[in-house]
Amino acid sequence: MNEKLLPAVKALSERFAAESHEYAGEVWLTVSPEHIVDACKAARDEFKFNLLTNLSAVDYWPQETPRFHVVYNLFSSTDQVSLGLRVPLDGNAPHLPSLIPVYPGANWWEREGWDMFGIRFDGHPDLRRILMPADWEGHPLRKDYPLGYEEVQFTFNVGDVEIRKPRPRE
Amino acid sequence: MTETQEINLEELRHLVSERALTGETMLLNMGPQHPSTHGVLRLLLELDGEIVVNCIPDIGYLHTGVEKNMESKIFQKAEPMTDRLDYLNPIGNNLTFCLAVEKLCGIDVPPRAQVLRVMLAELERLSSHLVWLGTSALDLAAMSLFLYTFREREMILDIKELISGSRMMTTYIRPGGLWRDVPVEFEAAVRRYCDVQEARLDEYEALLTNNALFRDRTIGIGVINTQQCYEWGVTGPVIRATGEPFDVRKIQPYSGYEEYDFEIPTEKGGDIFSRYMVRVREMRQSIRIIRQALDKLPFGPVRSNNRKFIPPPRSELGTSMEAVIHHFKLWTEGFHAPAESVYMMNESPRGLLGVYIEGNGGPTGHRIHYHTPSFVNLQILPLLSKGHFVADLVGIIGSIDIILGDCDR
Repeated sequence: MNEKLLPAVKALSERFAAESHEYAGEVWLTVSPEHIVDACKAARDEFKFNLLTNLSAVDYWPQETPRFHVVYNLFSSTDQVSLGLRVPLDGNAPHLPSLIPVYPGANWWEREGWDMFGIRFDGHPDLRRILMPADWEGHPLRKDYPLGYEEVQFTFNVGDVEIRKPRPRE
Repeated sequence: MTETQEINLEELRHLVSERALTGETMLLNMGPQHPSTHGVLRLLLELDGEIVVNCIPDIGYLHTGVEKNMESKIFQKAEPMTDRLDYLNPIGNNLTFCLAVEKLCGIDVPPRAQVLRVMLAELERLSSHLVWLGTSALDLAAMSLFLYTFREREMILDIKELISGSRMMTTYIRPGGLWRDVPVEFEAAVRRYCDVQEARLDEYEALLTNNALFRDRTIGIGVINTQQCYEWGVTGPVIRATGEPFDVRKIQPYSGYEEYDFEIPTEKGGDIFSRYMVRVREMRQSIRIIRQALDKLPFGPVRSNNRKFIPPPRSELGTSMEAVIHHFKLWTEGFHAPAESVYMMNESPRGLLGVYIEGNGGPTGHRIHYHTPSFVNLQILPLLSKGHFVADLVGIIGSIDIILGDCDR
């Protein structure tokens, strides 16, 4: 572990009962959803992590507890180190506090998290779909959402496939 | 049809000012088929006469589900999809993906491949900046520059065709090195390009930098400061134009960038003109890096010798049973990545490009996420454009250099 990262990891894991995990030189802290805003605030104000470089989520379906991990990567431009944070969430109506008060730039990434994974960010001022159309059903990056494909038409089933082809709604 | 519109207005009500509700200001749709929006970007503008009161970007028109698709493909087959994200920086996207896979699996890269990667990434940066320079000057009514920059970009496309056979989507950089070594003509072609480009950069600057019309349209327009950039996560030329020397190539060097002698150009203004100056000066630095790389290009293999991840050379297949097995396994099943996650940062022409890869012990990525600079840059557009004319908005969109393929993924 980078020695500049050591005090931040130590303080944050003690204060927020976070487990730390290291792989390939990167440190990941697992923080519970109620602590994530405070942890980020402490990281920003006390340990100079001034840049949010990643916000995304991972789906571990069919596992239900936890089903999702929300992943944050913070970067400190003064110490030039990065720190990862993971927040485990259960599968039933997942939600966690929004990070906008700490990093305003989280706004669109959280909208993407809602759009793609159906994770609600409490306190978000504008939680609309961002990439998918507003009337879309389902959250595409969930693992139980099927990967769409086009059926191959052969001579013997050309008519059947033609009927089954998905079409845009009227 | 009318029903849909009403629902949309209701949804956007919290984003527009009170004056829009009484009809004092006008809501105007700009895009998605507007030539100056650099792709399919829709902006909902709230206008007070000609002045922008609010700007609500609406993206997703170019959403192709690349991340979802990549999760179902083995790493080698997922890589060509990264080319299609930011179509002006395919080599940079490949590089980020390969760096992340190499970090995840612990694959080494031979020195010759490292140097070639740097050289190609810088050529790609030049090519991207050339397109940016041409199109954004075109938005500000400087027509002829567009033709000149595309003339020079053609030389870079020719070099890419020379090495990989493809002019745009090369997939030339592979995990563990490169697809194959560069041909003998490569060095001369790159040197010739560097010489030509350096002289032509002076010509571009002669057209724009002291052009009174261009300066009037750009100085003091779309201003942002360093503090705001950090808050909103904005990087690349936008943050460097505010005087902050933030460049991933310097602060977290990858592919041996620490061995090159180059500067991070910064400007003080934070406006469109500063962003223009930063990019032009950055192009000179890129040429400098390419020249250094050409001078130190070592001989040797361009692919790692780690046979558990990298297919053996074709010549071995006739003589070695081991090689045949590895070849078969790697091209059918793929290599297995551990169930861990890595985050890799890279400096794309537009700013910090991050890729998050999580493996699941199998040959596909469990989650591959691209943290793209265009998405972040577009997010600050409302901040930059408030209080400016609609005509200036066009210049501001050009100056943050968005690529919608990169933004919508």
